[in-house]
Amino acid sequence: MPMISIERRLAQPRWLSVAVPIASVGVSFLVMAAVLAATGHNPLETYRRLFDAAFIGSAAWTDTLISATPLLFTGLAAAVAFRMQLWNIGAEGQLYLGAIGGAGAAIWLGPHHATVFTILAMCVCGAAAGSLWALIPGVLKAFGRTNEIITSLMLNYVAGQLLTYLIFDSASPWRDISTVQTRSFPQAIPLQASQFWPTLSPSNIVIPFGFLLAIGIAAVLAFLFRATRFGFEMNVIGDSQRAARYAGMRTRRKILAVMAISGAVAGLGGASQVGDFAHELDASPQGLQGANYGYTGIVVAALGRYNPFAVCLVGVLLGGLQNAGLFLQGVDFPSGLVGVMQGIILFCALGGELLIRYRVRIRRQARSTAEDVPAADAKPTP
Amino acid sequence: MRAITKRFPGVLANDSVDFEAAVGEVHALLGENGAGKSTLSNILTGLYRPDEGEIWLYGEQARFHSPSDAIDAGIGMVHQHFRLVPPFTVAENVLLGEHRPEARRFMVRPRQIERHVAELGERYGIAVEPRARIWQLSVGEQQRVEILKALYREARILILDEPTAVLTPQESEALFVTLRAMAAEGRTVIFISHKLNEVKAVADRVTVLRGGRSIATVDANATSRELAGLMVGREVELAIRKQRAVPHRPDVALEVQGLSVRGDRGGDAVKDVSLGVRNGEIVGVAGVAGNGQRELAEAITGMRPPVGGTILVGGHRLRTGDPRAAIAAGVAHVPEDRLGTGVAPTRSIAENTVLKSYRGSGVSSGPLLRWRAIREQAVELVRRYAVSTPGTHLRARDLSGGNLQKLVLGREFSGKPKVLIAASPTRGLDVGAIETVHGYLRQAASEGVAVLLLSEDLDEILALADRIVVIYEGRLTGDFDPGTATVEEIGLAMAGGER
Repeated sequence: MPMISIERRLAQPRWLSVAVPIASVGVSFLVMAAVLAATGHNPLETYRRLFDAAFIGSAAWTDTLISATPLLFTGLAAAVAFRMQLWNIGAEGQLYLGAIGGAGAAIWLGPHHATVFTILAMCVCGAAAGSLWALIPGVLKAFGRTNEIITSLMLNYVAGQLLTYLIFDSASPWRDISTVQTRSFPQAIPLQASQFWPTLSPSNIVIPFGFLLAIGIAAVLAFLFRATRFGFEMNVIGDSQRAARYAGMRTRRKILAVMAISGAVAGLGGASQVGDFAHELDASPQGLQGANYGYTGIVVAALGRYNPFAVCLVGVLLGGLQNAGLFLQGVDFPSGLVGVMQGIILFCALGGELLIRYRVRIRRQARSTAEDVPAADAKPTP
Repeated sequence: MRAITKRFPGVLANDSVDFEAAVGEVHALLGENGAGKSTLSNILTGLYRPDEGEIWLYGEQARFHSPSDAIDAGIGMVHQHFRLVPPFTVAENVLLGEHRPEARRFMVRPRQIERHVAELGERYGIAVEPRARIWQLSVGEQQRVEILKALYREARILILDEPTAVLTPQESEALFVTLRAMAAEGRTVIFISHKLNEVKAVADRVTVLRGGRSIATVDANATSRELAGLMVGREVELAIRKQRAVPHRPDVALEVQGLSVRGDRGGDAVKDVSLGVRNGEIVGVAGVAGNGQRELAEAITGMRPPVGGTILVGGHRLRTGDPRAAIAAGVAHVPEDRLGTGVAPTRSIAENTVLKSYRGSGVSSGPLLRWRAIREQAVELVRRYAVSTPGTHLRARDLSGGNLQKLVLGREFSGKPKVLIAASPTRGLDVGAIETVHGYLRQAASEGVAVLLLSEDLDEILALADRIVVIYEGRLTGDFDPGTATVEEIGLAMAGGER
């Protein structure tokens, strides 16, 4: 009887860490091809359209970068914390808070300031709001030894409710109550054109300012990890908390600082959503709350192995996938199938990680060694 | 086992090793650390697969794809670090991992297993209350559970990896009796050790490994000197007490007064301990593992806040519970757990060189690190303390135990300490590395450092200490002069007996 068993790999050859991700993407496309064929679509044709929609031509790239921008922020936010083995699952909520802070700054300042100043204020307020939100689980972890996974995750729901409350259930400063119409159909106060974040367009690709900001943050984080005492401490704490304590590092302070940085990066992502794209505090179910940027960011961080630049690369790839998904779906291509496709690709990519650490072995005859060995003289009777 | 070869990246761990143990014998596997003992036993227990070579059991060739294959073939292993689940009972732990088809039932029958475990314990003189929970047991009793586990699974070949490291001399004696009884029944006992006297006391034959090769299989009646020679490949001086030239100065560098420290399980692990260490003196704290040594060392070095008492370093009161304060006061620490505490395992050797000094001006300016200076320091440390490594960019965990300890010692000495707390500094090291570490400790003392040596290895304490105190259940129960005290006296105090 053939048996399949999974065995731990004793050594992890270097080529595997390159070959496995590529192979797992390949496998995901094969699996998906079966699904597509079964649902009456031509796999090759679909893949061509997918690839075209994501990465061929300036319009495709523009849309891909728009989808990627929030993922870069949340991916980096998760990567910062995960690097220190601090499991901040709360980028989702911190992003909402950043959006609230960013929109609040823009509304409070009004349209009559220099764009540069407005952007700066939005970034500062967005980052601060995300940061403070992240510090709640941070403080609880540092001083109360609570599990940050649970507290940061739960706060996402609180942040979602807060967002809904500000627009739908209250006369908050974020809500437009200037006309009868907006009083009965709740709507957020829109940003003025002078407050929109600029874009950069070399050739025909439009690059949002937020995307560049995220790349800049990635560079800063890479520098922080590599060249500073702070990064050194983060690396040691992430490796062994006991060794860090032994070396006299102030672990508690680092937890607070790293949560604050992680929340600030996610918060900037929220501000960028407001300033770059939505141009209002979008509390609708199709808006921020429907996008799950925070959770996708966890996947981005994991696939990028917490390396800031790799996170950016993965963010762009996943952004392309999401963008292409939007493009594909239509009358003949249900959105559910798009979701299935994205799910299969992610599943295979993460599942492939297992193959780097373990190997699968198929055995022809199982347990050939057990029965045919003579028994010991004194065999205790069970 | 015939011509077993196992390669790891950059290392040939086993180089066509031949090993043969007969039915009914206690066969010792003797060798320094890094000689390939662990690799060989891991191959025999199915954890590793050999690159070359064959395993034959009772005349038939065996192929193990995973540890469960080896268990099915009747091979049992007692690891140095026990694989037990503390909140479970003895019987539950014995059942755990039992995967023979006939035992794979949905319902467990606790009474039946408990009875069986009690019977086995009776028969081999290793009785343990089957319904006791693991955390309630002493280390020696936990080891018995490990042996019972193997017996319950009807192991005909039992491998014990350094089983006496955690036992008192008396407990070791009792273990040897059990092992002999098991061998007399027709089982095969493979006893891994680097302690010559134990090997001679319990084994019938000895296979010596060195540098990944099987050097010789000899009768256990060979002299210690012969065995040691085979083991290290040169003549060694066996644990002879060396007098240090520099007499200790009278001033007390480390003074502990009425220290009480809470243990991990609640309750005080260290109870009202007072002791002083003078400059240039080595004070040895002897005791069986788990009697409060770890907590004592951690309290002095700030790793664990005490519940009462004071610690004075050079006459100044130390802020307790703060490792940074201890480091600043000149307290160096060689921790028991080298790999998880003494170094950050997956960080580079260079980074670990400055693990404590990275804040200093030499290796950082403002918030930035000076990598060039860090690497230079690491290269210098590696050279000075003869850490054998291809480069300082390698991860600390890639170093062997001895080299890792040299790295830790080198780093701790480079901080110019006044006091050195060394907890089991040679545990798991080979003879050569032990000599080196002992040399460094003696040198530190002769340079005026006050050394507090906590060790479960009585020979080590006898060889190094100027004064010996014994810790039992968190209290100091004896104060001996190594010149006049006998091993029996100290061993008795370690076991909590009256003097």
